[in-house]
Amino acid sequence: MNDLVRRYGAGLAGTFIVLTAFWLLVLVILPYLYLFENSFRPYLPVVDIGGPKDVYSLNNYLTFFESSIHLRVFTLTIVYSSVVTVLCFAIAYPLAYYLSKVASSAVVPTLFLLLLIPLWVSEILRSFAWFIILALKGPLNFGLLGLGIIDQPVRWMSGFRSIIIGLVYTYVLFMLFPVYNAVQSLDTNQIEAAEDLGSPWWRTHWRVILPHAKPGIASGAVTVFMLSAGSILVPTLLASTTSRWFTEIIQQWMFESQDWNTGSAYAFLLMLACTIFVTVVMRLFRVRLSDIAK
Amino acid sequence: MNTRRSNWLFHAYMVIFLAYLLLPLIVMGGAAFNDSKFPSVYPWVGWTDRWFLDLWNDGRMWVSFRNTIAVAIAVVAMAVPIGTAAAILINSLGGVARSALYGLMIAPVLTPGAVIGISTLLFWNKFSVPAGLHLSALGQTSYIAAFVMLLVLARLQSFDRALEEAALDLGASHAQVLRRILLPHLYPAIVAGAAIAFFQSVENFNTTLFTRGTYDTLTVYVFSRVRSGITPTINALALILVTLTIVGALWYEIARRRQQARLAALEAQARRDERAEEMTVSLAPGSVTAG
Amino acid sequence: MSAGVELANVCADFGKFRAVDHVNVTVKAGEFFSFLGPSGCGKTTILRMVSGFIDPSEGEILIGGQSVRGVRPNKRPTALIFQNLALFPLMPVWENISFGLEVRGVDKKARRAKAEELLKLVDLPGAADKAISQLSGGQKQRVAIARALAVEPKVMLLDEPLSALDLKLRQHMRAELRAIQKRTNVTFIYITHDQGEALAMSDRVGVMSQGKLQQVATPQEIYNHPANGFVASFVGENNVFPGQIESMNGATAVFRTGAGAFRASLGPGVTRTTAAKLYVRPEQTRLVDTPPAGTNSIPVEVADVAFEGNFINIQVRNGDGRPLVIEARNDGSTRVPPPGSKLNMVFDAEHAVILADETRSAA
Repeated sequence: MNDLVRRYGAGLAGTFIVLTAFWLLVLVILPYLYLFENSFRPYLPVVDIGGPKDVYSLNNYLTFFESSIHLRVFTLTIVYSSVVTVLCFAIAYPLAYYLSKVASSAVVPTLFLLLLIPLWVSEILRSFAWFIILALKGPLNFGLLGLGIIDQPVRWMSGFRSIIIGLVYTYVLFMLFPVYNAVQSLDTNQIEAAEDLGSPWWRTHWRVILPHAKPGIASGAVTVFMLSAGSILVPTLLASTTSRWFTEIIQQWMFESQDWNTGSAYAFLLMLACTIFVTVVMRLFRVRLSDIAK
Repeated sequence: MNTRRSNWLFHAYMVIFLAYLLLPLIVMGGAAFNDSKFPSVYPWVGWTDRWFLDLWNDGRMWVSFRNTIAVAIAVVAMAVPIGTAAAILINSLGGVARSALYGLMIAPVLTPGAVIGISTLLFWNKFSVPAGLHLSALGQTSYIAAFVMLLVLARLQSFDRALEEAALDLGASHAQVLRRILLPHLYPAIVAGAAIAFFQSVENFNTTLFTRGTYDTLTVYVFSRVRSGITPTINALALILVTLTIVGALWYEIARRRQQARLAALEAQARRDERAEEMTVSLAPGSVTAG
Repeated sequence: MSAGVELANVCADFGKFRAVDHVNVTVKAGEFFSFLGPSGCGKTTILRMVSGFIDPSEGEILIGGQSVRGVRPNKRPTALIFQNLALFPLMPVWENISFGLEVRGVDKKARRAKAEELLKLVDLPGAADKAISQLSGGQKQRVAIARALAVEPKVMLLDEPLSALDLKLRQHMRAELRAIQKRTNVTFIYITHDQGEALAMSDRVGVMSQGKLQQVATPQEIYNHPANGFVASFVGENNVFPGQIESMNGATAVFRTGAGAFRASLGPGVTRTTAAKLYVRPEQTRLVDTPPAGTNSIPVEVADVAFEGNFINIQVRNGDGRPLVIEARNDGSTRVPPPGSKLNMVFDAEHAVILADETRSAA
């Protein structure tokens, strides 16, 4: 603190502190605290707020735990988000390795440019694109039929299939970039040394490259999971009759029932799930929060 | 490992992946020209531009567009100063304070947008502030400022603190040091931050959905149109946005490469000058320049 | 206009570590003064205290007779040349030089004129519009000096400015800096770990070790009459003999070492009980067949002979195998003994000094 004032003078230092405090307090900490607090209060008409009926209780959370449907949806959301995370890793890792170690360095910037384009395109448009493709009469079926791989159009939008496909497409790049960064920082000599000592390719990956890439993998995994579990667009657009995502239930509470209190409780549960995931991944991969920042 | 055969596999995988990424966008763009009520490329009915016309005439779309831009500008106006201030602040700290603050700043990025939206809505509602675009801007800023902060903080690492001290030593006030020395150095990161903030704001959906009240933004508009009854006007919009993105990205990249080439040339010249000077000096040792 | 700088009992603490320990020295106005010492001896800390970036934990600093306690760096009449020069990379040369004037509100034309004038002074005419990245090492040095001179400081502070340059350039710049100082008559406070630099450029040198000033004197004094063992070994070469004082007689004493007992002069502050060693400079010794009576002598065997241009460096070993050095001028009168020759190394009592080991403060 002293150093800050010395370096910038009292006036500027004060400005920096005020701006940062506004951000962290007013935009982050206080709203979360308020969300948390609100989740314990009952949904009341305006006149009753602050009155005798306005007591703290776990009712809103109990609503969740007592509803088998909600529990099921929550569990499936977590499970499928994890599936998406694993799939993204499986797809992205070979690419990350390719980009950092195999591709010639002249080509890499151009490749990156191409890879970045979908990211700049809005998420909703990306989901929408798949909505068209996966339609029963859509181009995917058309292509597969034409190639003779299938003889009947496949109903892609059933179960959670389409959601998973959509989520993977939308978020795979968020796994690619951190893993790429991590693999890039590995000295190629180490890989060559392993080969020189007779290690087969899969062992080199398992024992040399993957361990080094841990922070990147953790970062990617956390990001993809969080985005998937919290995604609203993809599960809604690519929904089928049998699929339901947890965020949809939150929406229901907030908009259809106008019950912001139960909505907060459910939102908090979602946040809790993400935080637990982050913590587990951090422990598992033995990385710190600072390694996860983009 | 790097046998020619496995390299070929890798190249092929890369190409397939790129196709996987880009084909859906092409399909989506293509559907904008197909004269079919439901967006598709097969069956192909015929070329048309009526969807673009419909788009142009869609009043609600224009309102959403205007709202989106307004929110994005507000977010940039808030996130850039906040992010920059936070980066400078955290850069002067160390130890526990630094890690703690850093964690707090990154937390919104790791939080689901829905949670950010709901918490923002509830918090300001307590002060009787209704839902609307202003809340969307505030909610978005909470995590977008973190991006700006990260960019500026990274750029700060390459800043030579001695420059600040040299400026002070020469008599500059703190404000002058900031304006003439620090901010010019941070300028690339600030511009990049502003660009990121803008585009992140435009494409934000989750947080906006809960905070917008009755107002539409582009993302919300597209969402509601897709749910209610779609026509390829959405595709037309999508194609325009995607094209703008590609053009923007290409332009940025070309500009960046040209700048890099220019810098490399200057430095090469400096090295040549340096060698020339060394030669001159070693040919005349101990000579004192006359005053 | 230049000013003197006085450090009165100055200390600097970083937590429990005392970087500067009760330093007392007065640098005269218009003087070229160097602080000389190994890394970590506190000289950089002193410079930062004078320029105002660190506050002394104890003591006072006075510039031009006025205490600068509480005066921020941007308000002090000092200009600092940083070790890495700290030229502003995003400004062309002339803007760098006139920055100090810019922050004082001088208008653009006047600033540009002043920059051109200073560029002529440091022998870089025509460089005004160049970018910093286009300059070579020596040119950057000169721009840094011009930038500091532009604010007409009363005291120039230089933080090892030549350490990043290669040898030839360093020697050239040494002379340049000295010339600029003489021309402008600004007080220069220069810090370095290079003793050759300090001795060649300064009017006076302050030798430092572990935060304490060991000696403040002219370069000749420092070399010829070092105040203690640290100064003697830091500046120039020595033959060092640990041992004990056997007897004292006024200004001389008999010092018993492992190589024999020698008559020597007493250094400042040395008493019977002080921990001390005997120091003899190589150039004060001679190699002879038979030592004259009454002189100090050690039988030695020649190990190696090295020609160093105008000096001949002779490495010898005494009976115990201890290595010693004799330095002789290459003027044709010295004979060069082949390795293996058994001769005697002799030296006079007045050139052998018994110096205290302990670091102590000097006035």
